[in-house]
Amino acid sequence: MIENGMSPFLIFLSACLVNNILLIRFIALCSFFGLSTSLKDSIGMGIAVTFVAVMAAAVAYPVYYYLLIPLKLVVLRTMAFILTIATLVQLEEMFIKKYLPPLYRAMGIYLPLITTNCAILAITFLIIDYQLNFFKSMVYAFGVSGGYCLAIILFATIRERILLAPVPKSLEGAPIAFFTASLMSLAFLGFKGLFGL
Amino acid sequence: MNNSNKRSWRDDFAFGILKGNPVLVLMIGLCPTLAVSVTLFNAVGMSIAVAFVLIGSNLMVSAIRKFTPSELRIPIFIIVICTFVTIADYLLKAYSPTLSQKLGVFVPLIVVNCIIIGRAEAFAYTNTVFSSLLDGIGGSIGFFLVISVIALIREFFGNGGIGEKIILNKPALIMILPPGGFITIGTLMGLMNYWNRRKKTRMSTN
Repeated sequence: MIENGMSPFLIFLSACLVNNILLIRFIALCSFFGLSTSLKDSIGMGIAVTFVAVMAAAVAYPVYYYLLIPLKLVVLRTMAFILTIATLVQLEEMFIKKYLPPLYRAMGIYLPLITTNCAILAITFLIIDYQLNFFKSMVYAFGVSGGYCLAIILFATIRERILLAPVPKSLEGAPIAFFTASLMSLAFLGFKGLFGL
Repeated sequence: MNNSNKRSWRDDFAFGILKGNPVLVLMIGLCPTLAVSVTLFNAVGMSIAVAFVLIGSNLMVSAIRKFTPSELRIPIFIIVICTFVTIADYLLKAYSPTLSQKLGVFVPLIVVNCIIIGRAEAFAYTNTVFSSLLDGIGGSIGFFLVISVIALIREFFGNGGIGEKIILNKPALIMILPPGGFITIGTLMGLMNYWNRRKKTRMSTN
């Protein structure tokens, strides 16, 4: 488990490898299976998730500790976070479109998808549940999105090879993707023994 | 706007169970299906939470569909869903703290579950309150069936039995670990494809 007492480096490794958000925690699987059919899409999605996740953690932290707690509105946590993320995604899209056109071309179409990506919302909930401080929350957000990129890019490259492989007719498409994911998940499970976290 | 006259109420009800099964056919809502299906107890708890939110949001969205401007419909859906998720989250915390702890972050994550916003957008927004209620119940039963079957398989092989009753002496631990979730759903989908293909070839030979 992750807690505030851990060193930032351990938090990063734990979030990225040991508790990989896609393969071990089973969060954000829709994008994992939906977008991993091409390497280009998965790289774009990976960059977009990293970008939004770090920003969302940076905004959700003050929203929770300086707005919801003093006003005793913790009940509205879910609503506050999802509205924050939706607004943030809109603002980022406008900002990137105007000031960073090359980046917009690379990840523009993935940004609207991010609003309903569970990974982002899960990060904002988990930094509160783990009671991390601001700096460690940022490290955690980086670690989770690093793990997201790693897993989705690896998976996309494997899926491109599977297209050429002879697969039993009934297992074509989604079922073989699940079996591949299970083998990858098995490999990531090995990190648990490595660090003992 | 109201096209429920052409369909019978049975179609509304059955769509979510078979033809439009959220998990197996549409491949949405995978996260809770795989993450929570470690034991049957968790799976049933999760499907009750999802059913509450799905039925509630379907009813609410179809009740206010005449006053909802179409440009603002997505934010309004999200706020409606959020309300029901918050209610479900606090009810679980109050009446079943152990279950709430086991489901953890997956209860608030129902907000971004594609099953719920998908049905709000594709069905409840254009249909009557009664058909939306049936559609919500059907979809919940579809989700419940899949998640319970997966949980049964995983708990039986991974834990050696269901609940307190242990039948297998040397259970395969892998089934309750994350890879087991992927293996189980992959096998189920493969079997379903095999069955559908066999039915098709049999129909074409006859």
